[in-house]
Amino acid sequence: MWEYTEKVRDHYLHPRNVGEIEHPDGFGEIGNIICGDALRLTFKLDATGRVSDIKFKTFGCGSAIASASVLTEMCKGKTLEEIKKISNKDIADALGGLPREKMHCSVMGQEALEAAITFYESDGKIAQPAQKQGRVICTCFNITESEIEHAVIENGLTTIDDVTNFTKAGGGCGGCHGEIQKIIDRVNGKTPSPAIPVSKAKHLTTLQKIDRIREVLARDVGPILAQDGGSCELVDLEGNTAYVKLQGQCSGCAFSNMTLVSVIEKKLHEKISDQLIVKLAE
Amino acid sequence: MGAPLIYLDNNATTMVAPEVIEAMMPFFGEQWGNPSSIHHFGGSVHRSIDRAREQVAQLIGASAEEIVFTGCGSESDNMALKGFFAAHGNQTRIITSAVEHPAVRNTARYLKERGATLVELEVDPQGCIDPAVFDQLPIDEHTIVSLMWANNETGVLFPVEAIAVKVKARGGTMHTDAVQAAGKLAIDLRSAPIDLLAISGHKLHAPKGIGVMYIRKGVAIEPLIHGGHQEAGIRAGTENVPYCVGLGVACALALKHRSEENGGIRRLRDRLETELLSRCAGAKLNGHKTQRLSNTTNISFENIEGEAILLHLDESGIAASSGSACTTGSLEPSHVMRAMGIPYTFAHSSTRFSLSRYTTVHEIDRVIEVMPGIVDKLRSISPFVGKESHG
Repeated sequence: MWEYTEKVRDHYLHPRNVGEIEHPDGFGEIGNIICGDALRLTFKLDATGRVSDIKFKTFGCGSAIASASVLTEMCKGKTLEEIKKISNKDIADALGGLPREKMHCSVMGQEALEAAITFYESDGKIAQPAQKQGRVICTCFNITESEIEHAVIENGLTTIDDVTNFTKAGGGCGGCHGEIQKIIDRVNGKTPSPAIPVSKAKHLTTLQKIDRIREVLARDVGPILAQDGGSCELVDLEGNTAYVKLQGQCSGCAFSNMTLVSVIEKKLHEKISDQLIVKLAE
Repeated sequence: MGAPLIYLDNNATTMVAPEVIEAMMPFFGEQWGNPSSIHHFGGSVHRSIDRAREQVAQLIGASAEEIVFTGCGSESDNMALKGFFAAHGNQTRIITSAVEHPAVRNTARYLKERGATLVELEVDPQGCIDPAVFDQLPIDEHTIVSLMWANNETGVLFPVEAIAVKVKARGGTMHTDAVQAAGKLAIDLRSAPIDLLAISGHKLHAPKGIGVMYIRKGVAIEPLIHGGHQEAGIRAGTENVPYCVGLGVACALALKHRSEENGGIRRLRDRLETELLSRCAGAKLNGHKTQRLSNTTNISFENIEGEAILLHLDESGIAASSGSACTTGSLEPSHVMRAMGIPYTFAHSSTRFSLSRYTTVHEIDRVIEVMPGIVDKLRSISPFVGKESHG
């Protein structure tokens, strides 16, 4: 049996805020029955933009119930900006800690919250967290590269076992362990990023850089944004700073803009040079 | 908690019988001699082990010299498969099932990596295997068939005696992991042509740390542990005397209680099963209804999760077990449930109650009383329960 804290026990025995809000402002759903746990989170904001009500339903083990329950308590009465800052680690800490193998329950809570916020900010058009977009690394549990990166950075993970504990990635057939190791190494700086060497980038003229950036935006970034009905274009380049303009459904939403900028920047780092910086054109 | 504890996890381990503890005690004290010594310190200890060996043999219809004491059931399973592989090398063909205990499953897979051929037989949705399957399989003198007699999760029985007849007729070797069956089923190896059979002490009210490998006279397998001449040279190392003695007594007790137990335990199990299936929402039995151990029931509850069930049962002082992914730290539900094709909506909540001769009707009634409430509570939290009614 797991060593659960009294706080965890209290929350799975007496879960707070169980249910589902009708016509919610925020709606997030993560996981599915095949993966063994799932969480549906709904919230309402009051006139001042604070979370006035928040409810959850979960299919999962004791720590999944407790993570969702404590998360609803952490969100109540807070502003959107405040709840955006809640990390999976905050959820686990609020429970007095979770067994390492159960940390993925706290990640599920954080992702469901992020999905619900994205839902609100996209007027109900997007209901999944930004990390869910992009390349799937673990096909058994449908975990993306960006989810793994996020967990590795957020929690300082260094081993494949840890990545499995926190995201479930690699916990099925194990076929993606090599990929996971590469991500860990890259994030922890053990191997050079797949970007071309900086020295090589230095040799690119401004014109060459513009051409390469346009190429990457069209080929690698475009399809990601198109999924949500958006697009982007390069407006200007100053030194290594690329100014881009976002169009379509995601434009005008501060949260998704931030996410998209980092997605674009990552692609440019991968394909051209890690010296490049992406900013939104005014 | 306060309430008396109710232990319904006897397929995981059992309470050591008081008679067993009593029989073991002298061997931690005044009877500390080495059974291999020729002086009188060893002599009486040696006789005690002989008696224990005889008691184990009687339980399964074997003769004493066919009984080898080991450290546990897993060691016995390893000894059977690795010992066979050591004798047959890369010509070895292992035929086993998809629902075996890891002691067999992982050992067979390990040997496959080393050059053995491995066949893992599928089971039907009830967890059964039709012996006729063996008529189609290639079996020769380099083949070892390893099938569990009774499944630890569902209690479902494989017809190992009938399969053994087919395997032997074509020159193969028959091993069975009888860890769950020994002490519960009538086993008579005088009529069942089984070559190798594994027993674990702690599943039949002996302590953990003692097991048995039955090796039929004339069947050659290589030892796992080389060294002295103990256990007919097949398992070196000075015998764990108190535990051998304890297991002997546990086997004698099992033999004495077996028939009455199967009647009494079966009635309690059936009462529990019938009531839970009728009182709990979305409840379904896993495994064949009759071709099954009398002490085991495995029930799933649709759209809820097994660890949450166990934690709530634990709050009521009830110990059970689950095939849920979450209880083990593994992320996937039990391989037994998946092999039976149990849908995920049910697999994650499979809950096993396993009884013993110490289980009382009051305990069973207490489970029947609390379980429907737990199921209702978890269903009210489940995001999938609402979806059901929407079709």
